[in-house]
Amino acid sequence: MSFLRPGAALDARTYVVTRTDLVRYAGASGDSNPIHWSDRVARGVGLPGVVAHGMVTMALAGRAVTDWVGAADAVVELGCRFTRPVVVPDDDTGVEVDVSGQVREHDDPGCVRIDLTVTAGGASVLGQARAVVRVR
Amino acid sequence: MPVDPGLAGRTLPPTRPYAVSRASISAFAAAIGVRDPLHHDAEAARAAGHPDVVAPPTYPIVVAFQAMEALLADPQAGLELRHVVHAQQRFEVTRPVRAGDELTAALTVESVRQAAGTELLTTRSDIRTVDGELVCTAYATLAHRAPA
Repeated sequence: MSFLRPGAALDARTYVVTRTDLVRYAGASGDSNPIHWSDRVARGVGLPGVVAHGMVTMALAGRAVTDWVGAADAVVELGCRFTRPVVVPDDDTGVEVDVSGQVREHDDPGCVRIDLTVTAGGASVLGQARAVVRVR
Repeated sequence: MPVDPGLAGRTLPPTRPYAVSRASISAFAAAIGVRDPLHHDAEAARAAGHPDVVAPPTYPIVVAFQAMEALLADPQAGLELRHVVHAQQRFEVTRPVRAGDELTAALTVESVRQAAGTELLTTRSDIRTVDGELVCTAYATLAHRAPA
């Protein structure tokens, strides 16, 4: 896995999130908070409209990591701060979430750290997003 | 109502065992667009050395979320769901969750502190099988902004 050498930049991944995805995620995760499906409730708490679950954005960051590594079970740590809501319009296009990564060294020589940059509509939405993955 | 500062250090009783099914893992993976057969096909998972399908890395939030809901539902905690925002999340994975696991989450409030009108709660949920095997530790920071 030479492409996972510290210093390497990983190809950006783009994922589309629609309202349908949020409804599916609400059902699959058990998080039925109405700010993720009701514009009325979302606006009532001061949001511009329905926003993605932070955990959807984080899951997409994890998806990029497992795509890059090519192993769904290689992640030993994944973390982030939720710094900006991802607004999901009520249309068929949804919003694009872009994930790019930079490989860094990790204390455990069998692992690398991947620092993640996650944006939606060009704006950063996660802070200190990083994964630790086992590479051997 | 402010958050009870005495919450820090408190550990809630473990959540009721959650039986992880193949269907649940497959639905979770599909909701985030992940098609890797390790999440959807038990044969493929076995061929890769797993006893059954494995879950994506953020799947343990399903169980951790139940523990967070229990904390929010506790009237003594002084938290109101509509004022709570998920500020930070981190998973330390011991091994991937897999179909057939029966999982509980034991949530500990590690700290409660004030910052600019917001109360920040850091929590740790130890996610174990009913046999006591630790599969994941989920750390969540919740920001609670009580109305003025």
